[in-house]
Amino acid sequence: MIRIGNAQFWVHDQDEALKFYTQVLGWQVRADATMEAWHFRWLVVGPPGQDDVGLVLMPVPGPPMLDEASSEALSQLVAKGGGGTLFLETDDCVAAYEELKGRGLVFNDPPTTQAYGIDTSFRDPSGNSIRLTQVLPFDPSRG
Amino acid sequence: MSAAAGIRHLLRAKDLADARYAESLTVADLARAAGLSKAHFSREFARVFGESPHQYLLTRRLERAAALLRATDWSVAQICHSVGLESLGSFTTSFGRVYGQSPTAYRAAYPPARSLVRIPQCVALAYGRPKHRTFREDTAAAPS
Repeated sequence: MIRIGNAQFWVHDQDEALKFYTQVLGWQVRADATMEAWHFRWLVVGPPGQDDVGLVLMPVPGPPMLDEASSEALSQLVAKGGGGTLFLETDDCVAAYEELKGRGLVFNDPPTTQAYGIDTSFRDPSGNSIRLTQVLPFDPSRG
Repeated sequence: MSAAAGIRHLLRAKDLADARYAESLTVADLARAAGLSKAHFSREFARVFGESPHQYLLTRRLERAAALLRATDWSVAQICHSVGLESLGSFTTSFGRVYGQSPTAYRAAYPPARSLVRIPQCVALAYGRPKHRTFREDTAAAPS
């Protein structure tokens, strides 16, 4: 069997991202190891209660992984919201929305009823998109 | 209030301890969440869940601290602070009481945090190379 271990987001600032995912979103640190000599920091976070999947928060790489122009372009693309989306699920979208709003999270939209359930969305400090969905039996009349 | 409703209030406080242990949460905050006076809350919590709220909250914090000792290379002081505890001395004492060794000895018994890195060393090396480092070839006069 092959399963998902970690997924990854590009971030502009690992400290800022760590603070957001742990203090605002309430996630746990799964790994945080810095190899000083390599100028490399492996940083993984994940939601409490789901220990086998993590989100790696990686800084936008420069040369030699990416040339300067591409690195800058990727950095800007993430800031523009082109970095990708993380799809989260919850049992109660409205309750999660209220709780996170209380912790200062700014949402893009309030919980909205869709054919597939109730969902809302927000961004991490770098601009990565995160959807939070309460999945309900599919009902086209709801959307 | 029915017994179940009373327990439901206590569970709210227990959930709060689980969710917010990293903040400077106290038993008084938990009592407030349960809507009870501190003394009454502590007694009821211990009766229903088998341990005092103080003990419960501290155990959650120590468990999390143990996980951080295994998974990160943060300093012990940083870990102590990040699980909502202020005094490094009492953290070390409490940790020793539960785990039978100091935080540093506990960490040493596990593989280092860098063993959790899931990319090859060569990639990490290339990835982490400092940006904007050149050998000034780019400023040298171009060969004609």
